[in-house]
Amino acid sequence: MLDFLNRLDRRWIFLLMALAVAVPVLCKPIFPEQPSPLTRKLFDTIEELPEGSVVYMAFDYDPPSQAELGPMAKSFVRHCCLKKHKMIFANLWPAGPPLVDENIRNVVNGEFASENFVYGEDYVNLGYRPGNQVAITQIATDLRKIYPTDATGKNLGVLPLTRSFKNIFDADLVLNVSAGYPGCKEWVQYAGTKGDLKIGAGVTGVQAPQLFPYYPDQLVGILAAIKGAAEYEAAIAQKYPQYADPQKNEAIKRMGPQLFAHLLMLALIVLGNVVHVANRRRGGVR
Amino acid sequence: MRNVVPLVIAFVAGVTMMLALFVPVLQPLQERASVWFIILAAIAFLIGGTNLLLHHARKIAQQEAGWGFSAVTLVSFFITVFVGLAKWGVPPSDAYPNHPWSGNYITEGAPLWWLYQYIIDPVTSTMFALLSFYVASAAYRAFRAKNTEAMILLGTAFIVLLGRCSAGTFLTSWVPESLEALTFPGATAVIMAVFTTAGQRAIMIGISLGVAAISLRIILGLDRSYLGADE
Amino acid sequence: MTRELMISWFLLIAGGIGLVVLSATSEKGVGTIYVKPVPAANQVQTWTETQRTDSAAVFSPYRTAGVWLAAFLTLAVFSYLYKDNVFYKLAESMIVGVSAGYYLVANFWDSIVALLMTELTPQLVRNWALPSLSETKTVDPWFLVPLVLSLFLFCRFVPRLSWLARWPLAFVVGTFAGLRLVSILDADFISQIRSTIVPLIVLTNGSFNVWASIRNLGLLLSVVTCLAYFFFSVPHQGLFGKVSRVGVWVLMITFGASFAFTVMGRITLLTRRFEFLFIDWLRLIDP
Repeated sequence: MLDFLNRLDRRWIFLLMALAVAVPVLCKPIFPEQPSPLTRKLFDTIEELPEGSVVYMAFDYDPPSQAELGPMAKSFVRHCCLKKHKMIFANLWPAGPPLVDENIRNVVNGEFASENFVYGEDYVNLGYRPGNQVAITQIATDLRKIYPTDATGKNLGVLPLTRSFKNIFDADLVLNVSAGYPGCKEWVQYAGTKGDLKIGAGVTGVQAPQLFPYYPDQLVGILAAIKGAAEYEAAIAQKYPQYADPQKNEAIKRMGPQLFAHLLMLALIVLGNVVHVANRRRGGVR
Repeated sequence: MRNVVPLVIAFVAGVTMMLALFVPVLQPLQERASVWFIILAAIAFLIGGTNLLLHHARKIAQQEAGWGFSAVTLVSFFITVFVGLAKWGVPPSDAYPNHPWSGNYITEGAPLWWLYQYIIDPVTSTMFALLSFYVASAAYRAFRAKNTEAMILLGTAFIVLLGRCSAGTFLTSWVPESLEALTFPGATAVIMAVFTTAGQRAIMIGISLGVAAISLRIILGLDRSYLGADE
Repeated sequence: MTRELMISWFLLIAGGIGLVVLSATSEKGVGTIYVKPVPAANQVQTWTETQRTDSAAVFSPYRTAGVWLAAFLTLAVFSYLYKDNVFYKLAESMIVGVSAGYYLVANFWDSIVALLMTELTPQLVRNWALPSLSETKTVDPWFLVPLVLSLFLFCRFVPRLSWLARWPLAFVVGTFAGLRLVSILDADFISQIRSTIVPLIVLTNGSFNVWASIRNLGLLLSVVTCLAYFFFSVPHQGLFGKVSRVGVWVLMITFGASFAFTVMGRITLLTRRFEFLFIDWLRLIDP
């Protein structure tokens, strides 16, 4: 048995991982989620903003992180629409614009089609700009210098929402969905240091631990990985019962496969260590 | 001139950006430099494209091993660049129907959008997803509790993995609310709020001092590594 | 025939048969995409994805082909888990070309046209791609500087002139260094020290809060011990050595938590790929 475990082909482990995720995806088990205090803080910040507040949606992510960040971005947009906040979308990742379009199409003009949100008055999509932290610095000083027009080619000076929007400090809140560099860290470093700016973040699991030192002084809240997204969906569902159906909440659905994969990981770590101890007892050199 | 001019440029650009944070009169200069920087950042992507083109063209010309895949890369590259720069299939903007080039280059349904949606999204996402398999394999083969430090690392990972899914909530649901920190989710919250925050904070403090020192060396011309190996 | 080739053929044939059977029996339409027209202000008709059950739904061969290609590429990348193979290499080659092309296009329209050409040739850009550009916009000759620097960047491909490419590089590096020098010290040094100065005796509504006090004390001691570990000017011996050892333990907790978060993230990415295969492509379950 020990020899079998020592020689175990890694492809069997791959197969186990595939099954641990694929079977729950097919069976769709749903587990209850409760918002943690960290999530609740961010939710309350958006909830307590007066209706019509301007929220700058810095969506700095791309398809590889869509699995974790897509549900967060959707929840942020959904929550802002529920509160009728005005949204200014922008991103610093070249592969980001279609993901912003998707949120606008599916949430602002899809889920909330009956609200008839008007482009230019209720929301604006600025589009992509390169330059990473230099672009952030410019957005914090004079946004119009790098965004003379929006993503659709419209002059920002003629759109009611952006006509008097000089820089990021004209926003009541910045919601950053961040997949890495440039992202939340750079927003804190290059915009947050320039003045009193409220930044809330939804970040990937890889990035989350690096951002905890910024909370609560430099970030008003952090949604960390898919669990953070699921908690935020739960917070919305608690306040707005029309979203209580788990089928409307992508992240809550993804927590099912997550559970089984976590258990597999733990089992593999334990098994690996049992093999290690057994090898040492046998006097092996492995 | 070859070496002095770049050093002067770096010094002037660096000092301007730095001083503008303290001297508001210099703000317009800083803004101008920022826009120039953003333009150069975009040009870097063109340089990258040119590099890719030259590298694969050489492989094809010399018929090196795997040159067929280089051909696939170049064909994919040219098709994407063509449909993107020509805004092929992109309808004009609603506000300016008489300007055929006024639409957004990544409009839904356009060929560039199609390439993004059906090639970039699935392939890049799947490539990153592969890592989950390798992490699982590493968990079995490499994570050994050989000493105190490794045991602490593994123990923390254990608690956080359980605390970040419903298994942790379920397993410690019997713990009274007053002792929440002893549940898996509660312990995870404490780990993140106290130890991870502290550890990352110490790392950040160290890195910030290092970054400041390197930046200063670059501005003062003491660090010239960016000019090339011969410097 | 080798064992691996046999397995590959078996998987291909079994998968093919499965797909044919599923396509013939599924009522949801395997890998089919339906679209509906979007009301547009101009004459050009655009479409958006919709459910098959939508009364305005029209079958889209263009997007259906896309879903099948995406499924093929997803499986091609997954096939690497078994062994490196031609399908994986094909997907890899395609993504390199398409990504490089896409990044080039995005930066051309969103930066070179939107920021450089609007300043140097405003009239041309207004008539061509950005009709809403302000009528009062005039040529700004200062933008010849980034144009020239951009051209210099391309000099790296000409050996005799490659030294000119150092100029734009120096500008980029200098700008970046100047900007981050102050910002990082502010956000990651001063602010972090300030955030560590917390009350060690926490009073909530006038009474002593034990948990919050222990928490703050733990945070302060953990930061100090970690910093002690990073302080290499003093030998890590005696009391200082013990303190720095505690710092190592705190760092191990930090790395353990980072590992768990990383695992969590990677698993989520895999979940989305399976959702694509089972829901968007094979339609085995409802979204």
